Amino acid sequence: MEEYTPEAAYSPMKPPITHTGVIGWIKKNLFNGYLNSLLTLGILFVFYKIIPPFIRWAFLDSVWCPDCAGACRKAAGACWSVVTSNIRFIIFGFYPYSQQWRPLIAMLLLFGLIYYSSKRENWRKSLIYIWAIGLFVMGTLMKGGIFGLVPVESTKWGGLPLTLLLSVFGLTAAYPLGVILALGRRSKMPGIRWLSIIYIELIRGVPLISLLFMASIIFPLFLPEGVTINKILRAQVAIILFTAAYIAEVVRGGLQGISKGQYEAAESLGLNYVLTMRLVILPQALKIVIPPTVSILISAFKDTSLVVIIALWDLMKTTQSVLSHPKWMGFSPEAYIFLAILYFLGCFSMSNYSRKLERELSQGEQR
Amino acid sequence: MTNKTKQEPTAQPSSNAMIEIIDLHKWYGELHVLQGINLTVKRQERIVICGPSGSGKSTLIRCINRLEEHQRGRIIVDGVELTNNVKNIEKIRAEVGMVFQHFNLFPHLTILDNLTLGPIWVRKIPRKKAEETAMYYLEKVHIADQAKKYPGQLSGGQQQRVAIARSLCMNPKIMLFDEPTSALDPEMIKEVLDVMVELAREGMTMIVVTHEMGFAKSVAHRVLFMDYGRIVEENTPEEFFSNPRHERTKLFLSQILR
Repeated sequence: MEEYTPEAAYSPMKPPITHTGVIGWIKKNLFNGYLNSLLTLGILFVFYKIIPPFIRWAFLDSVWCPDCAGACRKAAGACWSVVTSNIRFIIFGFYPYSQQWRPLIAMLLLFGLIYYSSKRENWRKSLIYIWAIGLFVMGTLMKGGIFGLVPVESTKWGGLPLTLLLSVFGLTAAYPLGVILALGRRSKMPGIRWLSIIYIELIRGVPLISLLFMASIIFPLFLPEGVTINKILRAQVAIILFTAAYIAEVVRGGLQGISKGQYEAAESLGLNYVLTMRLVILPQALKIVIPPTVSILISAFKDTSLVVIIALWDLMKTTQSVLSHPKWMGFSPEAYIFLAILYFLGCFSMSNYSRKLERELSQGEQR
Repeated sequence: MTNKTKQEPTAQPSSNAMIEIIDLHKWYGELHVLQGINLTVKRQERIVICGPSGSGKSTLIRCINRLEEHQRGRIIVDGVELTNNVKNIEKIRAEVGMVFQHFNLFPHLTILDNLTLGPIWVRKIPRKKAEETAMYYLEKVHIADQAKKYPGQLSGGQQQRVAIARSLCMNPKIMLFDEPTSALDPEMIKEVLDVMVELAREGMTMIVVTHEMGFAKSVAHRVLFMDYGRIVEENTPEEFFSNPRHERTKLFLSQILR
């Protein structure tokens, strides 16, 4: 028998070697047996059939020059000309042509602000002021009327700025509202609890399209004569109300995941309800629900394209109207691919950011 | 003046009583879990409560800082009666420290932030001062080198010591311990008990629900035995262990002191 010493008790061994390089991996995972080899070959064949022709269509034989619809008709490949010729209309809609630098700067400012806010070291009180100033500048740029800027009616807003406006403000307003509804649904006060439940269930039981219709058609009927509320604002409110109900349910799930002990510990320190929620419960609950929340935000972002049906000229609508021009008819695949890329960039950066946030927030914390 | 007249009927405990509990009853639905508890705890007194599970001992101390609501009887803590008055409840909670069986540290905050949360937000102490106090108490529970870590990175014994320090940062007049060592591995119990003994030596008023009879013998002024929502027996530790009067107490002691 060996003598027991602490050193002898811990004599680490290297893990067995399991890695055998790329070829080994391919052999082990793709060609281990007849069936798998056959499937691999089949899939490779499908790739061969799809990818080279697509590259030829999209790049080699494609037409890129602006305003060459004629050349497009003759070419075998994609007609990106539909995008390059109409990019300004697709992006900015009916915004006056000579003034389109204004929404462009507003959007760049928005992206800059979002990027700046995504850095955790910038999460200070000053961030609120920075946003307030930024929003004011963006609003001024879009609307004009002061500082020598030509006024532009909001009915002329369209394209990407409109999509961003609806989604960024829709989501940022829906999130806190959703959290409040979730807290309300778990409140001990029956009045508040029932109001929250009724709200959430009513809104969730109705499609967004019908809410948008209500906002654009039915709601104005109830307003006194002469009073009109901006159409964009009405759509915005509908999107906020709709998204908030979904966020509320997700957040409620997160709240249920927090143990009773956390509430008790906070209460026993003398923290009141608001502080308990703000400092102890919500930071934990909201972190748990980051993945499902981002799913909701992504789908809400895409759902803003539904405002087409109430005749707002968002990105989707401007693209459609380009395609209805006789000159560009038949080039919808190219235009929609471009549109898809724009939406994808938006959604992908959201999900990327959420993963980064999750990682950052769980640094050091392990349960 | 109005304040004083309001307080007058409640501020009548015997001169140096810290906690006064008079004919306390509590029900969970139909279940009568506390059946008329009378207990006075003097300033700097240390009381150990033991008893079988379900005897109501945890419920009793959780009533003292209103984590549980009682339905009949009175609880007066340091001259303030516990009623539905939310301000009073918050005031009492800030005066009464509580240590839980499962530590209940805030996992999303560092150890230091766990300790400064109450002082900063409830006591309105400036952050710098609160952090100094926090470090002082972390020293005291021998864990200052872990201040920047998160609770999940600490062992159970360390976490429980942090939890004690967190309560102490509020500068409480009373400390309640709800089975503080029951969730710990045996080798970590001692480090937590040592901290509690030290605290006792400094004159903290303590109510401890525990089955650590060694701790009871060395620290407690009085040991209470509870069963079925009543205090069956109370005595000095010497008398309680060497000369228990009730059959129920004898049976209980024979089971835990094997």
